[in-house]
Amino acid sequence: MSGVYQPLTIGFGAMSAIVATYVIHRMNVVDEDRVPLALHPVRMLQYWVWLMVEIAKSNIAVTKIILARDMPIRQNFFTAPCTEKTELAQVIFANSITLTPGTITVETEDDHFWVHALAYSADDPDALMDMDARVLAVETGGRA
Amino acid sequence: MFLIGVIALFIAMILMLYRLYVGPTLYDRVLATNSFGTTTVLFIGVIGFLTERPDFLDIALLYALINFVGTIAILKFFRYRAMGDYPQPEHPEDMQ
Amino acid sequence: MSLFVDILSWACILGGGFFTIIGAVGTLRFPDFWSRLHAVSVSDSAGMLLFILGMCLQAGLTLVTLKLVLIGIFLFITGPTATHAVANAALVTGLRPPIANDIEPEVEGGA
Repeated sequence: MSGVYQPLTIGFGAMSAIVATYVIHRMNVVDEDRVPLALHPVRMLQYWVWLMVEIAKSNIAVTKIILARDMPIRQNFFTAPCTEKTELAQVIFANSITLTPGTITVETEDDHFWVHALAYSADDPDALMDMDARVLAVETGGRA
Repeated sequence: MFLIGVIALFIAMILMLYRLYVGPTLYDRVLATNSFGTTTVLFIGVIGFLTERPDFLDIALLYALINFVGTIAILKFFRYRAMGDYPQPEHPEDMQ
Repeated sequence: MSLFVDILSWACILGGGFFTIIGAVGTLRFPDFWSRLHAVSVSDSAGMLLFILGMCLQAGLTLVTLKLVLIGIFLFITGPTATHAVANAALVTGLRPPIANDIEPEVEGGA
């Protein structure tokens, strides 16, 4: 990262990495929780592009609310179903909800999340179900 | 042009400090601290570009790491200290 | 071409500054904790991404860009996680979110 590629520095880096791996291996922490990286790469890329567009849209929406004189806030606290199997996909879904301004995952349970919305409209649960389907497509590689 | 970015971040930081000062609840303050930290990371990065010393980015990266760990540590501390007054949470492991 | 990239990166940095200030103004204007969470997420997502993108365009393909992308990815993952942690801690310690008058509240099963 510093742009210095002398054998000594690289050697130190490699040595500390090996020592750290050895110590962790001795502690037996690696064996218990492995995260299986079973994500579909193409779908992941598509999902990222889609997520960026969603973030842009909801950012503009929340900016309008902040700048409006009377601040049309309509808060709600509701459940969103979550159909992902693996924990990694659930984390992606929950973080995506939180990352789009206007909705925040507050509490996670096995098959649904509690979501807090800033300006709730009747379409919001459907939008979240759509996002859920897309994350499921990333997880399984099926069609969104 | 970076100067405008620096000024914008500076204004945002001052506003967040004000929220940190008046914030009625503890969580308002934690939220403001976290957001202030994110802004600071960007601030350090932009300052590095403004003074043409990109080494500042290393500091920014480190600050991002410390900011996240610090927020989680503060929350964990206050959560477990304040828990006596409230019903036990069903999922104490959610914090991790 | 260079001018085009310059203009693009300036636009990104200006937009980032705008969204960061909007987020900060939102944290000041919103009436309660739960709505402030959303205001902070504006400056955490849009402001941060635009600033990182603008700086990446200025730096070109160098080691600096790699560091910027690392910072970006890290903030992209930890930002929502920290927001979720704050919201979850607030909920667990008894701060209940207000619900608009015209919405039927759902029965709370969790937390």
